[in-house]
Amino acid sequence: MASWQWFHRLGSPKWLSGTIDRWLPWVLSLGTLLLLVSAVWGLAFTPPDYKQGNSFRIIYIHVPTAVVALAAYYVMAIAGAVSIIWRMKVADMVLRAIAPVGAALTFLALVTGAIWGKPTWGAYWIWQDARLTSMLLLFFLYLGIMALHDAYQNSASGNRAAAIMSLVGTVNIPIIYKSVDWWSSLHQPATLKFTEESTIATEMLQPLMLAIPGAYLFFIAAVMLQLRVQIARNEKNTQWMAERAAR
Amino acid sequence: MTHKTNNSNSGNIVNNQQLTVTPLFTAFNALLLRDLRVYFRYRGTWLNPLVFVLMVITLFTLGIGPDPSALSQYASGIIWVVALLGIMLSLDALFRADYDDGSLEQLLLSPQPIYLAVLAKVFAHWFITGLPIVLASPLFSLMLGIPKEVIPVLAFGLLLGTGILSFIGAIGASLTVSLRSGGLLIALLTLPLYVPAIIFGSQFVQSAIEGWPLMPTLSMLLGLLIGAIVLAPIAIIGGLRLSQDV
Amino acid sequence: MSSATSNILTQAHNSGSEASLELDSVSCERGERMLVNVLSLTLSGGQGIRIEGPNGSGKTTLLRVLAGLSQQYSGRVSWCGQDIRSARAALAADTLYIGHLAGVKALLSPLENLSWWLSLHISTAEPITVDKMLTALNRVGLKRFAHTPCHQLSAGQQRRIALARLYLSEHRLWILDEPFTAIDASGVTELEQCIAGHLAQGRMAIVTTHQAMNIAGFSSCSLHSSTPVIEADE
Repeated sequence: MASWQWFHRLGSPKWLSGTIDRWLPWVLSLGTLLLLVSAVWGLAFTPPDYKQGNSFRIIYIHVPTAVVALAAYYVMAIAGAVSIIWRMKVADMVLRAIAPVGAALTFLALVTGAIWGKPTWGAYWIWQDARLTSMLLLFFLYLGIMALHDAYQNSASGNRAAAIMSLVGTVNIPIIYKSVDWWSSLHQPATLKFTEESTIATEMLQPLMLAIPGAYLFFIAAVMLQLRVQIARNEKNTQWMAERAAR
Repeated sequence: MTHKTNNSNSGNIVNNQQLTVTPLFTAFNALLLRDLRVYFRYRGTWLNPLVFVLMVITLFTLGIGPDPSALSQYASGIIWVVALLGIMLSLDALFRADYDDGSLEQLLLSPQPIYLAVLAKVFAHWFITGLPIVLASPLFSLMLGIPKEVIPVLAFGLLLGTGILSFIGAIGASLTVSLRSGGLLIALLTLPLYVPAIIFGSQFVQSAIEGWPLMPTLSMLLGLLIGAIVLAPIAIIGGLRLSQDV
Repeated sequence: MSSATSNILTQAHNSGSEASLELDSVSCERGERMLVNVLSLTLSGGQGIRIEGPNGSGKTTLLRVLAGLSQQYSGRVSWCGQDIRSARAALAADTLYIGHLAGVKALLSPLENLSWWLSLHISTAEPITVDKMLTALNRVGLKRFAHTPCHQLSAGQQRRIALARLYLSEHRLWILDEPFTAIDASGVTELEQCIAGHLAQGRMAIVTTHQAMNIAGFSSCSLHSSTPVIEADE
């Protein structure tokens, strides 16, 4: 049936490689465009926050990266599930491709979070911010997946181990977040009320509405680039790959 | 074990008997007892983690200073972190010995549900690493200045918590059993997963010390333990099977 | 599988013509190398097959795939008509695998090790008693050491504990990876007779060995070349 055909076509590295070749320029350029526009808009043209002054602008980088970093883990876990259930090589490649990108995004989110923290809380890091602490643990989860890939000589075994671990991590992420959230609320600090999204003025929100999709697109582009490397590595002995390289 | 003869019409049947698998409970027992027997024959398996925990608590005490109020402030956190370390450092050995001598292969080839074997193995491991910590918790309370009334709460919390730590840690152990040096990788994989257990476990004891209600944290610990016992073996089985692909 | 209350896994244990192992275009890859390349064969009751090839040619890999230990292969392996990827328990119930590792715990005695292994597997109608285990140990020359902790035994002796399982086994398929290592000439004859007796009951065996093997009913499969070559013996 047509729907399953689509799914199985997705499992073909050759088809995927072709699709990446076609779409990458568009995704990359659109993503970069959105990010640039939102960055310029947010950094230069939005009014300063009355409480935080200009430092809040970092959210135009911090929030998109944080959102995509978390979403990326879930996409990675889906790839892991597909790999285990249907034994698709492509799913393994996608997993390997997302892990470093997700880790980099999480790191960026942490750094921008710390930069935001200094003028806001007076310190680069406070443990009471549940989101920041959870993000740190998410970073470790990504590193664990990458470490599993590296530790195994037999790449098929490494893929499987990482797939299992990604599922285990996914189940745990909500639990970890809830526990850290509860823990951080135990000692209510006096002045720590962050600019919640709901109280953001619309003018400040608008660039964010561009930045988040921009970040997603950028993430997809980065994963595509990584995927190209993975496909090349895995398929280097096949004929279609040799033909492609000759072009 | 029953013996019944059956009649069937297929082909050249020479000897048609109904075979029985060893009943599940007997198999679980056999696996559990054999692991415990192996563990107990070498004193180090259960003694070393316990001595380690005692030494690290001593080190914390020496590091923080002899002031009893300072110590008791951090006591529940210290005990939990040290218990975590003790269990984590002994995780590598959980499956490795069986992997090295071929027992793991035979286990995976058994028609018995492997879920059972995993439960037995992790439970046996908890018995010699987690349980000694639970039993020694009164001693830790004394060393760290935890009030006497809190000791039962501490012991019970550690009972649940070490169980959680053993089951979750076994996931990391199973995913790395065929690797040469699993220790540090197990730590990297498992520590983020340990965070909820540490948070709720430590708060459980802290609530008892401060006189706050215990039910919230207790229910979280129970939930985590049940979740770990039921779900972790699924991942553990995956890890054990993949160790045989090499 | 087993019902919750009675835990009885019943299998009509017949040594009839239904039992068979089929390989259909099985290939094993290790890294870049193709270890086993598109192997197809069928093994039925009373037949044995000997896998040959130089070291590193994929014999052990193939045996582990057939035992159900490794899933890294392509193609289809069927036990009694069912794909072993889905009917893993059926294969496990019927297979006895002895690989390079003895599967023996050093801190336990041979008797304790055998009884542990037995508790993992299907037992026949008559319960396996300590006497039966001692008889099995006797057949491999270890009766004297039945209660000695295995770390006091040599590696060869520990290997023989694994072989003792053959004398307690009702499994229909034996997969033996280099079973003749570390046993002396009389042990070799004993083992050959054991395997021959197993085949005579209508069961099957897959064996790899470097040594000459003198058992009727075995064909050989050579993994030397890139495509495996199968020849019937005599």
